[in-house]
Amino acid sequence: MSNEWVYTDTVKDHFVNPRNILEDEASYAEDGKGTVGNIKCGDQMLLAIKVKDGRIEECKWKTYGCASAIASTSMLSEIVKGMSLEEAYRITPAEITARLGGLPEHKFHCSVLGDKALRAAIEDYYKRTGQDSKIPRENARAICRCMAVTDKDIEKAVREGARTWLDLQNKTKIGTVCGSCKTEAVKLIDEYVHLYG
Amino acid sequence: MNRFVYLDYNATTPLHPEVKRTLAEGFDIYGNASSMHSSGRRAAEKIEEARGIVAAFLGAEPGEIIFTGGGSESNNTVLNMIDCGSGRCSCVSRGRKGLLTTTIEHPSVINAAEFLAHKGVPVTFLPVDGEGKLDMEEFEAALSSDTALVSVMLGNNEIGTLQDIKTITRLAHSRGALMHTDAVQAVGKVPINVRELDVDFLSFSAHKLYGPKGVGILYVRKGAPFCTFIHGGHQEEGRRAGTYNTLGIIGLGKAIEVAGLEMRDEVAKLWSLREKLREGLLEKVPDIHINGHPSDTLPGTLNVSFRGAEGEAMLLYLDMHGIQVSTGSACASGSLEPSPVLLATGAAAELAHGSLRFSLGRETTEADIDYVLEVLPPVMRKIRTMSTVYSAGR
Repeated sequence: MSNEWVYTDTVKDHFVNPRNILEDEASYAEDGKGTVGNIKCGDQMLLAIKVKDGRIEECKWKTYGCASAIASTSMLSEIVKGMSLEEAYRITPAEITARLGGLPEHKFHCSVLGDKALRAAIEDYYKRTGQDSKIPRENARAICRCMAVTDKDIEKAVREGARTWLDLQNKTKIGTVCGSCKTEAVKLIDEYVHLYG
Repeated sequence: MNRFVYLDYNATTPLHPEVKRTLAEGFDIYGNASSMHSSGRRAAEKIEEARGIVAAFLGAEPGEIIFTGGGSESNNTVLNMIDCGSGRCSCVSRGRKGLLTTTIEHPSVINAAEFLAHKGVPVTFLPVDGEGKLDMEEFEAALSSDTALVSVMLGNNEIGTLQDIKTITRLAHSRGALMHTDAVQAVGKVPINVRELDVDFLSFSAHKLYGPKGVGILYVRKGAPFCTFIHGGHQEEGRRAGTYNTLGIIGLGKAIEVAGLEMRDEVAKLWSLREKLREGLLEKVPDIHINGHPSDTLPGTLNVSFRGAEGEAMLLYLDMHGIQVSTGSACASGSLEPSPVLLATGAAAELAHGSLRFSLGRETTEADIDYVLEVLPPVMRKIRTMSTVYSAGR
């Protein structure tokens, strides 16, 4: 890296001059709002969107987190402006990171919350406007083939309070045959705990 | 205009100008101190001079001072003596097996202790209270006739809390256990006399006290059991092999010599600047918490938690203003867990993620502190404005 900073110039720019901060949360008349993350893990994001004709007109945010988290949210709020909801829903952490010119490897997880918060805000908008049916049904991915447990099942179990491998087994019977899915499943538990606290 | 304000002296310190001068003169002393010819003898003489200075400073005898590669090596040497398995040395264990230490030790003690635990040594990590003081009741309850060694740090690197090593040592000895203290942060900042403390082992590292990096000492009380950690030549009376780090040792000796002369004024200055910073922050930044013990603390250490702000973001904003501090946030370390030391004091994870450590030193001035007090409040307002946990007007 050419500068002495651990981050790219783009990250630094968005960190120093964050765009679209939600400063007037109480009076902001958003059309959809989503919060993800967990203070315990060190980052939390809130995203509020205004929607017009199926497109995101404005995206404002708040973030408790490190420089990567701040810069990622700021960048995301710029990227989605003018995007259709369908398009915005498909944004991935990799795209946000690419637009930032990359993040150090151990910082990649800091950018993961942004797209999740955006999805939560879009889903909130659909719910508020009675368009629940538009919420994309993501294809579930099989984690435990023996007992047919998917990532969605793990997500649901975590939201219902599962915190350990044992909790998860009690709820879903995951890994009770060959057990080869344990490593991946435990990783997913960590990820969802991070998201839902 | 940005100032350059280094407030990370607990991480490491710049060389004292006197040490620098001594090191420059020492470049020409190249002889191997173990050689019998005059070049070797000249190096050995310098090393013994340094040993004498260190011994006098700590109230020890020269023969009780072993030069090592730094604090981590000294700590590992001591912990490694438990259950060393060798039948030919006067092992610390003496039929005993247990290690008692605390949850707030430096990683070179915590991780060495965990390594021992994996080898089957019964290790107990004793809890501390909200101010970082060892829970004496738990300590006494855990102490048994099977305890081989107690290892408790003198001054904590993150929150500054000082332990009552004298009392802890008395209790350890009353049950026949040996006592080690990691004094890496404390030497030169609080008065230390090994006879008064009565410890069996004490670790120190030169670079925390304006000396060079990669050199430290291990004090081993005369008559205390000892097993060699680094085997090889007969250096340090067979207690630590490896060609003498002549230059490092000379620098260490000078650092200690200077500390002996400057310590009293230095400590008074550090405390007054620390208090100025503490009072200024409390006055100018709402919703903060001072971590550690209010009075039993290293004089130049101030650890503060800022509600609603994350440490790495604070650290980097301050760095852009030329102010260098450290944080207990997970994000700055690359792990997902925030400072284990702060969590051990019962601090909520949010306060651990939102902590900054200011560690002051001999080059810190009143103007530096004024500058921090000028820069930090607007930085905090900025971070809190965009924080999910800090709504406006709070």
